[in-house]
Amino acid sequence: MNKIIITVVGKDTVGIIAKVCTYLADKGINILDISQTIVSGFFNMMMIVDMSGSKVDISDASDDLEKLGEEIGVVIKCQREEIFDSMHRI
Amino acid sequence: MINISEVSETNEMIEKENLDVRTITMGISLFDCISDDLDTLNKNIYEKIYNSAKNLVSTGEEIAKEFGIPIVNKRISVTPIALIGASACKTSHDFVSIAKTLDKVAKDVGINFLGGYSALVSKGMTSADRLLIESIPEALSTTDVVCSSVNVGSTKTGINMDAVRLLGDIVRKTAEATADNDSAGCTKLVIFCNAPDDNPFMAGAFHGVTEADRIINVGVSGPGVVKTALEKVRGESFEVLCETIKKTAFKVTRVGQLVAKEASVRLDVPFGIVDLSLAPTPAIGDSVADILHEIGVEHAGAPGTTAALALLNDQVKKGGAMASSYVGGLSGAFIPVSEDQGMINAVNAGALTLEKLEAMTCVCSVGLDMIAIPGDTKATTLAGIIADEMAIGMINQKTTAVRLIPVIGKTVGDTVDFGGLLGFGPIMPVNQFGCENFVNRTGRIPAPIHSFKN
Repeated sequence: MNKIIITVVGKDTVGIIAKVCTYLADKGINILDISQTIVSGFFNMMMIVDMSGSKVDISDASDDLEKLGEEIGVVIKCQREEIFDSMHRI
Repeated sequence: MINISEVSETNEMIEKENLDVRTITMGISLFDCISDDLDTLNKNIYEKIYNSAKNLVSTGEEIAKEFGIPIVNKRISVTPIALIGASACKTSHDFVSIAKTLDKVAKDVGINFLGGYSALVSKGMTSADRLLIESIPEALSTTDVVCSSVNVGSTKTGINMDAVRLLGDIVRKTAEATADNDSAGCTKLVIFCNAPDDNPFMAGAFHGVTEADRIINVGVSGPGVVKTALEKVRGESFEVLCETIKKTAFKVTRVGQLVAKEASVRLDVPFGIVDLSLAPTPAIGDSVADILHEIGVEHAGAPGTTAALALLNDQVKKGGAMASSYVGGLSGAFIPVSEDQGMINAVNAGALTLEKLEAMTCVCSVGLDMIAIPGDTKATTLAGIIADEMAIGMINQKTTAVRLIPVIGKTVGDTVDFGGLLGFGPIMPVNQFGCENFVNRTGRIPAPIHSFKN
């Protein structure tokens, strides 16, 4: 298991999840969990994905998703799960 | 499983509160480079450092990208050069040739500072130690990224006052040699008591003689994260205040531990320590003085500041100690003046003096750091200030350091700008009374009674 956290933050618009999920499906990245909220018009999503079957490495996925985010008008970040685990779990 | 609020908390710390890994520092032993031929020595040093650290910068950048955490600096520390050059260097100019080799290799591997142009003379000086110290003004004025440090005292040995007196003179000469650049050479020179062998922070980093061939040490930072956390507990009791600092320090240090382990695996170099420090930068919101303000003093330097800093320093250590398997270096709150916007504001407001800073160094992790003083400050006065600070370290069994910049041609009322992380600040006044008869005594101050623990 190679868990990555993808966060999407920005102004809500039609098709954000669709576009991100399409990219992930294309690259063979499996979604394990999605949570999403909208706070005063701002879209805030977190996905936990497994990249062990991915056709691209995290560095390329990170660049691709950043570019995709710019097209949609949101900020997309890709980070390895360990940074959150180490900070929030003893 | 990790939830969305935890992810948001971490990312807000990084994006809004300046959480970062301040430095990954690779310590490299140069003992196997030693030769009695200067050219061979320089060649060996270049090759050892280049081969050890050629992937340091790219590895740091990869880790930063994958975890989404900035790693601000990648640096190298080496074995004190006074030891490495002792056999080959017959003049201080010979030592300068090593400084130039270090400068070249540092630039070739792409790091921004290299520390270890150093001598350890806490009890006495060899002729090589003396030559290296005498070469410091030329070495620092003819190189860009080489940092120098000299350990002149320890709790076990006392204070080498001959070295202190010499360094008062060397600080002045370094200031004069870089006078056309606001005496910036002095920003790369630190004088220590009880210098740690594994400090990853510049300018005082060197790879101690007790260390392995190569090692990865990491320094974390996050004054902004602590300040933001404290904003939420205004007016609460000391218990709540301390708990909040500890929890925040734990989180910040865990990131450092993660990055250190990852860098160690990827570079195939053993993990040494995490230095749990609150290291400010001139960026707004990245200030230790702002934390002191948030704890409750109007400006750093106001009555209560030393107690507030003592509390902060101790809680950072308590929180951080549990987050990392190996803690070392300087570990605590740094109080440099020119690198901390809140400190600069405090000086400008008239709240913070050199004497109050000296008191604060009794309870913080380092010492009188990045303080610009008038260019006409006498060498003996500099030696007196160094001796005072070394005495605090010796008696309190802690590391203390002095990094003063007598800015040639400037005086109280002027400001100085060193650029980048080194920051800017006002020239601070220095006590005008003399201490020549004290510092001109020869020999050393004996070790204190509580050093006899055997």
